[in-house]
Amino acid sequence: MIFDHIIPAGDGFLHVLPAGCRFRITDSEGNQAVDTLFFAHPDSAERYDATATLQAQRRVYLTTGSRLMSSRGRTMLTITEDTCGRHDTLGGACACESNQVRYALDKRYMHACRETFLLQIATNQVGLTKRDCGHNINFFMNVPVTPEGGLSFADGISGPGRFVEMRAEIDSLVLISNCPQLNNPCNGWNPTPVRVQAWAA
Amino acid sequence: MSDVLHHETLLGGDKCSFILPRHHALTLVAGGPRSAVALLAFRAGRTHERYNMPDSLKAQHTAFLSAGRVLLSDMGRVLLSVTNDSCGWHDTISGHMSAASALAKYGECTYQQERNAMVRNSRDNLLIELGKWELTERDLHANLNAFVKIAADAEGNLAWHPNAAAGQRLTLRAELDTLVILSNTPHPFDPWTDYAPDSVELSIARVPPPGPDDPCRTKRSENARAFQLSESVIA
Repeated sequence: MIFDHIIPAGDGFLHVLPAGCRFRITDSEGNQAVDTLFFAHPDSAERYDATATLQAQRRVYLTTGSRLMSSRGRTMLTITEDTCGRHDTLGGACACESNQVRYALDKRYMHACRETFLLQIATNQVGLTKRDCGHNINFFMNVPVTPEGGLSFADGISGPGRFVEMRAEIDSLVLISNCPQLNNPCNGWNPTPVRVQAWAA
Repeated sequence: MSDVLHHETLLGGDKCSFILPRHHALTLVAGGPRSAVALLAFRAGRTHERYNMPDSLKAQHTAFLSAGRVLLSDMGRVLLSVTNDSCGWHDTISGHMSAASALAKYGECTYQQERNAMVRNSRDNLLIELGKWELTERDLHANLNAFVKIAADAEGNLAWHPNAAAGQRLTLRAELDTLVILSNTPHPFDPWTDYAPDSVELSIARVPPPGPDDPCRTKRSENARAFQLSESVIA
Protein backbone atom coordinates (compact mmCIF):
# COMPACT_ATOMS: atom_id res chain seq x y z
CA MET A 1 0.00 0.00 0.00
CA ILE A 2 1.33 3.44 -0.92
CA PHE A 3 -1.14 5.40 1.21
CA ASP A 4 -4.51 5.08 2.90
CA HIS A 5 -5.73 8.46 4.06
CA ILE A 6 -8.94 10.18 5.11
CA ILE A 7 -9.23 13.75 3.79
CA PRO A 8 -11.48 15.69 6.17
CA ALA A 9 -14.17 17.91 4.64
CA GLY A 10 -12.59 21.09 3.27
CA ASP A 11 -8.99 19.84 3.49
CA GLY A 12 -6.41 19.04 0.81
CA PHE A 13 -4.12 16.21 -0.21
CA LEU A 14 -1.06 15.96 -2.44
CA HIS A 15 0.88 12.78 -3.25
CA VAL A 16 2.91 11.08 -5.96
CA LEU A 17 1.22 8.23 -7.84
CA PRO A 18 3.88 5.94 -9.39
CA ALA A 19 3.15 4.57 -12.85
CA GLY A 20 1.15 1.36 -12.65
CA CYS A 21 -0.36 2.00 -9.22
CA ARG A 22 -4.07 1.71 -8.45
CA PHE A 23 -5.60 4.85 -7.01
CA ARG A 24 -9.05 4.85 -5.38
CA ILE A 25 -11.21 7.67 -4.04
CA THR A 26 -14.17 6.65 -1.87
CA ASP A 27 -17.11 8.96 -1.24
CA SER A 28 -17.42 7.90 2.42
CA GLU A 29 -20.76 9.48 3.25
CA GLY A 30 -22.10 10.29 -0.24
CA ASN A 31 -22.53 13.29 -2.55
CA GLN A 32 -19.11 14.78 -1.82
CA ALA A 33 -17.34 16.59 -4.65
CA VAL A 34 -13.61 15.75 -4.81
CA ASP A 35 -11.83 18.43 -6.85
CA THR A 36 -8.80 16.76 -8.37
CA LEU A 37 -5.82 17.83 -10.49
CA PHE A 38 -3.07 15.61 -11.88
CA PHE A 39 0.42 16.64 -12.97
CA ALA A 40 3.12 14.59 -14.66
CA HIS A 41 5.89 13.93 -12.16
CA PRO A 42 8.47 15.36 -11.94
CA ASP A 43 7.86 17.57 -15.03
CA SER A 44 4.74 19.33 -13.83
CA ALA A 45 4.49 21.54 -16.95
CA GLU A 46 2.57 18.56 -18.34
CA ARG A 47 -0.76 18.26 -16.57
CA TYR A 48 -4.29 16.91 -16.73
CA ASP A 49 -6.16 18.64 -19.55
CA ALA A 50 -9.95 18.66 -19.27
CA THR A 51 -10.68 19.73 -22.85
CA ALA A 52 -8.16 17.26 -24.30
CA THR A 53 -9.87 14.54 -22.26
CA LEU A 54 -13.33 15.44 -23.58
CA GLN A 55 -11.91 15.64 -27.10
CA ALA A 56 -10.27 12.21 -26.84
CA GLN A 57 -13.44 10.46 -25.67
CA ARG A 58 -15.89 12.76 -27.51
CA ARG A 59 -18.05 12.68 -24.41
CA VAL A 60 -18.71 15.12 -21.56
CA TYR A 61 -18.77 12.79 -18.56
CA LEU A 62 -16.02 10.64 -17.07
CA THR A 63 -16.55 7.01 -16.07
CA THR A 64 -15.00 3.53 -16.44
CA GLY A 65 -12.80 3.47 -19.53
CA SER A 66 -12.22 7.22 -19.61
CA ARG A 67 -8.60 8.09 -20.29
CA LEU A 68 -7.49 11.19 -18.42
CA MET A 69 -5.37 13.01 -21.00
CA SER A 70 -2.42 15.30 -20.43
CA SER A 71 -1.79 18.64 -22.08
CA ARG A 72 0.86 16.89 -24.20
CA GLY A 73 -1.55 14.24 -25.44
CA ARG A 74 -0.52 11.36 -23.19
CA THR A 75 -2.85 9.19 -21.13
CA MET A 76 -2.08 10.03 -17.49
CA LEU A 77 -4.56 7.71 -15.80
CA THR A 78 -7.35 5.38 -16.90
CA ILE A 79 -10.55 4.96 -14.91
CA THR A 80 -10.82 1.21 -14.31
CA GLU A 81 -13.79 0.97 -11.95
CA ASP A 82 -16.60 3.37 -11.04
CA THR A 83 -19.50 2.56 -8.75
CA CYS A 84 -20.87 6.12 -8.97
CA GLY A 85 -21.54 6.23 -12.72
CA ARG A 86 -20.24 9.54 -13.90
CA HIS A 87 -18.02 12.43 -12.90
CA ASP A 88 -17.66 16.04 -14.01
CA THR A 89 -14.72 17.89 -15.53
CA LEU A 90 -16.39 21.15 -16.68
CA GLY A 91 -17.54 22.66 -13.38
CA GLY A 92 -14.07 23.64 -12.24
CA ALA A 93 -13.08 24.33 -8.65
CA CYS A 94 -14.89 26.82 -6.45
CA ALA A 95 -13.00 29.99 -5.54
CA CYS A 96 -13.72 32.90 -3.22
CA GLU A 97 -13.93 35.15 -6.27
CA SER A 98 -16.23 32.88 -8.30
CA ASN A 99 -18.46 32.52 -5.23
CA GLN A 100 -18.75 36.31 -5.19
CA VAL A 101 -19.92 36.26 -8.81
CA ARG A 102 -22.24 33.28 -8.43
CA TYR A 103 -23.85 34.04 -5.08
CA ALA A 104 -23.10 37.43 -3.50
CA LEU A 105 -20.15 39.79 -3.07
CA ASP A 106 -20.11 39.07 0.68
CA LYS A 107 -19.39 35.34 0.14
CA ARG A 108 -15.67 35.95 -0.29
CA TYR A 109 -14.89 34.83 3.27
CA MET A 110 -16.16 31.29 2.64
CA HIS A 111 -13.57 28.53 2.28
CA ALA A 112 -13.12 27.33 -1.30
CA CYS A 113 -11.26 24.65 -3.29
CA ARG A 114 -8.81 26.99 -5.00
CA GLU A 115 -7.71 28.22 -1.55
CA THR A 116 -6.94 24.61 -0.69
CA PHE A 117 -5.02 24.09 -3.95
CA LEU A 118 -2.94 27.22 -3.31
CA LEU A 119 -2.16 26.25 0.29
CA GLN A 120 -1.18 22.71 -0.75
CA ILE A 121 1.21 23.89 -3.47
CA ALA A 122 2.60 26.65 -1.23
CA THR A 123 3.40 24.26 1.62
CA ASN A 124 4.63 21.26 -0.36
CA GLN A 125 7.31 22.90 -2.54
CA VAL A 126 6.51 20.91 -5.66
CA GLY A 127 7.24 23.75 -8.08
CA LEU A 128 3.62 24.61 -8.86
CA THR A 129 1.95 28.03 -8.87
CA LYS A 130 -1.56 29.29 -9.57
CA ARG A 131 -1.06 29.18 -13.32
CA ASP A 132 -0.52 25.42 -13.11
CA CYS A 133 -3.93 24.91 -11.54
CA GLY A 134 -5.96 24.10 -14.62
CA HIS A 135 -9.48 22.82 -15.00
CA ASN A 136 -9.95 19.94 -12.62
CA ILE A 137 -12.04 16.80 -12.34
CA ASN A 138 -14.92 16.86 -9.86
CA PHE A 139 -15.27 13.25 -8.84
CA PHE A 140 -18.80 12.34 -7.64
CA MET A 141 -20.19 15.65 -8.89
CA ASN A 142 -23.14 15.90 -11.28
CA VAL A 143 -23.00 18.72 -13.84
CA PRO A 144 -25.44 17.87 -16.64
CA VAL A 145 -24.87 19.46 -20.05
CA THR A 146 -28.04 19.49 -22.17
CA PRO A 147 -28.28 19.24 -25.99
CA GLU A 148 -29.31 22.93 -25.93
CA GLY A 149 -26.02 23.78 -24.20
CA GLY A 150 -27.40 24.32 -20.70
CA LEU A 151 -25.06 23.56 -17.81
CA SER A 152 -26.01 23.36 -14.14
CA PHE A 153 -24.89 21.92 -10.82
CA ALA A 154 -27.45 19.24 -9.98
CA ASP A 155 -28.02 17.07 -6.95
CA GLY A 156 -25.43 14.36 -6.65
CA ILE A 157 -25.83 10.89 -8.06
CA SER A 158 -23.29 9.41 -5.66
CA GLY A 159 -23.94 7.70 -2.34
CA PRO A 160 -22.15 6.42 0.77
CA GLY A 161 -19.27 4.08 -0.08
CA ARG A 162 -19.29 4.66 -3.83
CA PHE A 163 -15.79 4.79 -5.27
CA VAL A 164 -13.82 5.45 -8.42
CA GLU A 165 -10.58 3.65 -9.16
CA MET A 166 -7.87 4.56 -11.65
CA ARG A 167 -4.60 3.15 -12.92
CA ALA A 168 -1.73 5.61 -13.24
CA GLU A 169 -0.19 5.21 -16.71
CA ILE A 170 2.71 7.57 -15.98
CA ASP A 171 4.30 8.88 -12.78
CA SER A 172 1.85 11.52 -11.62
CA LEU A 173 1.20 13.94 -8.81
CA VAL A 174 -2.37 14.10 -7.50
CA LEU A 175 -3.65 17.32 -5.89
CA ILE A 176 -7.06 17.19 -4.20
CA SER A 177 -9.38 19.65 -2.54
CA ASN A 178 -12.16 17.92 -0.65
CA CYS A 179 -14.73 20.57 -1.55
CA PRO A 180 -16.01 22.91 1.20
CA GLN A 181 -18.75 24.53 -0.95
CA LEU A 182 -21.93 25.33 1.02
CA ASN A 183 -23.71 27.50 -1.56
CA ASN A 184 -24.96 24.77 -3.89
CA PRO A 185 -25.89 21.06 -3.74
CA CYS A 186 -22.51 19.77 -5.01
CA ASN A 187 -21.76 18.36 -1.53
CA GLY A 188 -25.35 17.64 -0.54
CA TRP A 189 -25.19 20.86 1.55
CA ASN A 190 -22.96 19.04 4.05
CA PRO A 191 -19.28 18.49 3.14
CA THR A 192 -17.99 15.14 4.45
CA PRO A 193 -14.66 13.23 4.53
CA VAL A 194 -13.38 11.11 1.65
CA ARG A 195 -10.89 8.24 1.66
CA VAL A 196 -7.97 8.04 -0.76
CA GLN A 197 -5.95 4.86 -1.21
CA ALA A 198 -3.19 3.74 -3.54
CA TRP A 199 -1.65 0.34 -4.09
CA ALA A 200 1.62 -0.35 -5.89
CA ALA A 201 1.47 -2.21 -9.19
CA MET B 1 -17.36 52.45 -39.76
CA SER B 2 -15.49 55.61 -38.96
CA ASP B 3 -14.46 54.57 -35.45
CA VAL B 4 -12.49 51.50 -36.60
CA LEU B 5 -8.92 51.97 -35.36
CA HIS B 6 -7.42 48.87 -36.89
CA HIS B 7 -8.34 46.29 -39.48
CA GLU B 8 -6.57 43.23 -40.76
CA THR B 9 -7.16 39.86 -42.38
CA LEU B 10 -6.16 36.76 -40.46
CA LEU B 11 -5.46 34.15 -43.11
CA GLY B 12 -6.54 30.57 -42.64
CA GLY B 13 -3.86 28.95 -40.46
CA ASP B 14 -2.55 32.27 -39.16
CA LYS B 15 -2.41 33.61 -35.59
CA CYS B 16 -1.87 36.88 -33.80
CA SER B 17 -1.87 38.48 -30.35
CA PHE B 18 -2.40 42.01 -29.11
CA ILE B 19 -3.68 44.01 -26.19
CA LEU B 20 -7.30 45.06 -26.58
CA PRO B 21 -7.65 48.18 -24.43
CA ARG B 22 -10.55 48.58 -22.01
CA HIS B 23 -13.75 49.69 -23.77
CA HIS B 24 -12.48 48.72 -27.18
CA ALA B 25 -14.26 46.07 -29.22
CA LEU B 26 -12.76 43.33 -31.35
CA THR B 27 -14.99 42.14 -34.20
CA LEU B 28 -14.26 38.87 -35.98
CA VAL B 29 -16.00 38.24 -39.30
CA ALA B 30 -15.88 34.71 -40.68
CA GLY B 31 -14.65 34.37 -44.26
CA GLY B 32 -16.47 31.09 -44.76
CA PRO B 33 -17.72 27.88 -43.14
CA ARG B 34 -14.17 26.84 -42.28
CA SER B 35 -13.35 29.88 -40.15
CA ALA B 36 -12.62 28.71 -36.59
CA VAL B 37 -10.73 30.89 -34.14
CA ALA B 38 -9.16 29.49 -30.96
CA LEU B 39 -9.00 32.38 -28.47
CA LEU B 40 -7.20 32.88 -25.16
CA ALA B 41 -7.57 35.99 -22.99
CA PHE B 42 -5.37 37.29 -20.18
CA ARG B 43 -5.44 40.48 -18.18
CA ALA B 44 -2.85 42.70 -19.84
CA GLY B 45 0.26 43.17 -17.72
CA ARG B 46 -1.13 40.86 -15.02
CA THR B 47 -1.25 37.66 -17.01
CA HIS B 48 -1.59 35.48 -13.93
CA GLU B 49 -5.24 36.52 -14.25
CA ARG B 50 -6.87 34.90 -17.26
CA TYR B 51 -10.08 33.70 -18.91
CA ASN B 52 -11.42 30.79 -16.92
CA MET B 53 -13.73 28.43 -18.77
CA PRO B 54 -15.42 26.67 -15.82
CA ASP B 55 -15.95 29.92 -13.90
CA SER B 56 -17.53 31.51 -16.99
CA LEU B 57 -19.79 28.53 -17.67
CA LYS B 58 -21.06 27.86 -14.17
CA ALA B 59 -21.79 31.52 -13.46
CA GLN B 60 -23.93 31.76 -16.60
CA HIS B 61 -25.35 28.21 -16.56
CA THR B 62 -24.22 27.57 -20.11
CA ALA B 63 -21.76 25.33 -21.95
CA PHE B 64 -21.18 27.83 -24.81
CA LEU B 65 -20.94 31.58 -25.35
CA SER B 66 -23.24 33.88 -27.33
CA ALA B 67 -24.57 37.46 -27.24
CA GLY B 68 -25.01 38.90 -23.74
CA ARG B 69 -22.58 36.49 -22.16
CA VAL B 70 -19.17 37.28 -20.74
CA LEU B 71 -15.70 35.76 -20.45
CA LEU B 72 -14.81 35.81 -16.76
CA SER B 73 -11.32 35.76 -15.33
CA ASP B 74 -10.32 33.40 -12.54
CA MET B 75 -10.58 36.43 -10.22
CA GLY B 76 -14.28 36.95 -10.85
CA ARG B 77 -13.88 39.90 -13.21
CA VAL B 78 -15.24 40.36 -16.73
CA LEU B 79 -12.41 40.43 -19.27
CA LEU B 80 -14.51 40.34 -22.44
CA SER B 81 -18.25 40.76 -23.11
CA VAL B 82 -20.02 39.31 -26.13
CA THR B 83 -21.77 42.46 -27.31
CA ASN B 84 -22.72 41.24 -30.78
CA ASP B 85 -23.02 37.79 -32.27
CA SER B 86 -24.80 36.64 -35.40
CA CYS B 87 -23.68 33.04 -35.00
CA GLY B 88 -25.39 31.96 -31.77
CA TRP B 89 -22.86 29.42 -30.53
CA HIS B 90 -19.14 29.62 -29.74
CA ASP B 91 -17.65 26.48 -28.23
CA THR B 92 -15.83 26.53 -24.91
CA ILE B 93 -15.43 22.89 -23.90
CA SER B 94 -13.71 20.93 -26.65
CA GLY B 95 -10.22 22.39 -26.77
CA HIS B 96 -7.99 22.71 -29.80
CA MET B 97 -6.05 20.71 -32.36
CA SER B 98 -2.51 19.55 -31.54
CA ALA B 99 0.35 18.67 -33.86
CA ALA B 100 -0.38 14.96 -33.32
CA SER B 101 -4.08 15.29 -34.15
CA ALA B 102 -3.27 17.44 -37.21
CA LEU B 103 -0.86 14.77 -38.43
CA ALA B 104 -3.50 12.08 -37.93
CA LYS B 105 -6.16 14.12 -39.74
CA TYR B 106 -4.21 15.59 -42.68
CA GLY B 107 -1.08 13.49 -42.97
CA GLU B 108 2.35 15.05 -43.18
CA CYS B 109 2.37 18.57 -44.59
CA THR B 110 5.51 20.32 -43.38
CA TYR B 111 7.32 23.54 -44.16
CA GLN B 112 9.93 21.49 -46.04
CA GLN B 113 7.18 20.15 -48.31
CA GLU B 114 4.79 23.05 -48.66
CA ARG B 115 6.62 26.17 -47.39
CA ASN B 116 4.01 28.55 -45.97
CA ALA B 117 1.11 26.44 -47.17
CA MET B 118 2.07 23.94 -44.45
CA VAL B 119 -0.50 22.65 -41.97
CA ARG B 120 -0.54 24.79 -38.84
CA ASN B 121 -2.31 23.53 -35.73
CA SER B 122 -3.95 25.51 -32.96
CA ARG B 123 -1.77 24.34 -30.08
CA ASP B 124 1.54 25.15 -31.76
CA ASN B 125 0.14 28.52 -32.88
CA LEU B 126 -1.07 29.35 -29.36
CA LEU B 127 2.27 28.29 -27.82
CA ILE B 128 4.16 30.54 -30.25
CA GLU B 129 1.96 33.56 -29.50
CA LEU B 130 2.09 32.86 -25.73
CA GLY B 131 5.87 32.83 -26.03
CA LYS B 132 5.86 36.36 -27.44
CA TRP B 133 4.48 37.51 -24.09
CA GLU B 134 6.84 35.22 -22.13
CA LEU B 135 4.01 32.84 -21.33
CA THR B 136 4.42 29.07 -21.64
CA GLU B 137 2.43 25.86 -21.92
CA ARG B 138 1.69 26.25 -18.20
CA ASP B 139 -0.46 29.24 -19.18
CA LEU B 140 -2.38 27.39 -21.89
CA HIS B 141 -5.77 26.58 -20.38
CA ALA B 142 -9.12 25.94 -22.06
CA ASN B 143 -9.68 28.19 -25.07
CA LEU B 144 -12.80 29.61 -26.68
CA ASN B 145 -13.54 28.33 -30.21
CA ALA B 146 -15.18 31.23 -32.02
CA PHE B 147 -17.59 30.15 -34.81
CA VAL B 148 -17.45 26.50 -33.69
CA LYS B 149 -20.48 24.58 -32.41
CA ILE B 150 -19.85 21.35 -30.51
CA ALA B 151 -22.97 20.12 -28.72
CA ALA B 152 -23.70 17.16 -26.45
CA ASP B 153 -26.55 14.70 -26.96
CA ALA B 154 -28.68 13.41 -24.09
CA GLU B 155 -25.94 10.94 -23.09
CA GLY B 156 -23.20 13.57 -23.23
CA ASN B 157 -21.70 12.48 -26.55
CA LEU B 158 -20.11 15.43 -28.35
CA ALA B 159 -20.53 16.23 -32.04
CA TRP B 160 -19.63 19.05 -34.43
CA HIS B 161 -22.53 20.99 -35.99
CA PRO B 162 -22.47 23.41 -38.97
CA ASN B 163 -22.22 26.94 -37.55
CA ALA B 164 -19.80 29.32 -39.28
CA ALA B 165 -20.59 30.95 -42.62
CA ALA B 166 -19.18 33.86 -44.61
CA GLY B 167 -20.20 37.10 -42.91
CA GLN B 168 -20.96 35.65 -39.46
CA ARG B 169 -19.79 38.17 -36.84
CA LEU B 170 -18.66 38.05 -33.24
CA THR B 171 -17.87 41.22 -31.26
CA LEU B 172 -16.03 41.11 -27.93
CA ARG B 173 -15.74 44.27 -25.81
CA ALA B 174 -12.83 44.48 -23.36
CA GLU B 175 -13.92 45.48 -19.84
CA LEU B 176 -10.29 45.53 -18.66
CA ASP B 177 -7.13 45.85 -20.75
CA THR B 178 -6.92 42.34 -22.18
CA LEU B 179 -4.22 40.34 -23.94
CA VAL B 180 -6.01 38.45 -26.71
CA ILE B 181 -4.37 35.49 -28.47
CA LEU B 182 -5.99 34.14 -31.64
CA SER B 183 -5.34 31.17 -33.90
CA ASN B 184 -7.45 30.75 -37.02
CA THR B 185 -6.97 27.00 -37.35
CA PRO B 186 -9.36 24.07 -37.83
CA HIS B 187 -11.16 22.34 -34.99
CA PRO B 188 -10.34 18.62 -34.76
CA PHE B 189 -14.03 17.62 -34.94
CA ASP B 190 -14.80 19.42 -38.22
CA PRO B 191 -15.75 17.13 -41.13
CA TRP B 192 -13.14 18.31 -43.65
CA THR B 193 -10.23 15.97 -44.20
CA ASP B 194 -8.30 18.46 -46.33
CA TYR B 195 -6.59 21.46 -44.77
CA ALA B 196 -8.16 24.64 -46.12
CA PRO B 197 -9.21 27.01 -43.30
CA ASP B 198 -11.08 30.16 -44.32
CA SER B 199 -9.74 33.59 -43.41
CA VAL B 200 -11.19 35.87 -40.73
CA GLU B 201 -11.45 39.67 -40.81
CA LEU B 202 -10.44 41.42 -37.57
CA SER B 203 -11.29 44.96 -36.64
CA ILE B 204 -10.85 46.99 -33.47
CA ALA B 205 -12.96 50.03 -32.57
CA ARG B 206 -13.29 52.30 -29.56
CA VAL B 207 -16.75 51.82 -28.01
CA PRO B 208 -18.65 53.49 -25.16
CA PRO B 209 -18.27 51.98 -21.67
CA PRO B 210 -21.19 49.75 -20.67
CA GLY B 211 -23.98 51.68 -19.01
CA PRO B 212 -26.24 50.48 -16.19
CA ASP B 213 -28.62 48.91 -18.73
CA ASP B 214 -25.94 47.22 -20.83
CA PRO B 215 -27.36 43.87 -22.05
CA CYS B 216 -24.27 41.93 -20.94
CA ARG B 217 -24.51 43.45 -17.46
CA THR B 218 -28.25 42.85 -17.10
CA LYS B 219 -28.30 39.37 -18.64
CA ARG B 220 -27.98 37.73 -15.20
CA SER B 221 -27.36 38.85 -11.62
CA GLU B 222 -24.04 36.94 -11.79
CA ASN B 223 -22.93 39.14 -14.70
CA ALA B 224 -23.88 42.29 -12.80
CA ARG B 225 -21.70 41.22 -9.85
CA ALA B 226 -18.78 40.37 -12.16
CA PHE B 227 -19.05 43.86 -13.73
CA GLN B 228 -19.02 45.32 -10.21
CA LEU B 229 -15.77 43.46 -9.53
CA SER B 230 -14.24 44.63 -12.85
CA GLU B 231 -15.21 48.24 -12.19
CA SER B 232 -14.13 48.32 -8.53
CA VAL B 233 -11.30 50.67 -7.56
CA ILE B 234 -9.38 47.63 -6.31
CA ALA B 235 -9.79 45.72 -9.59
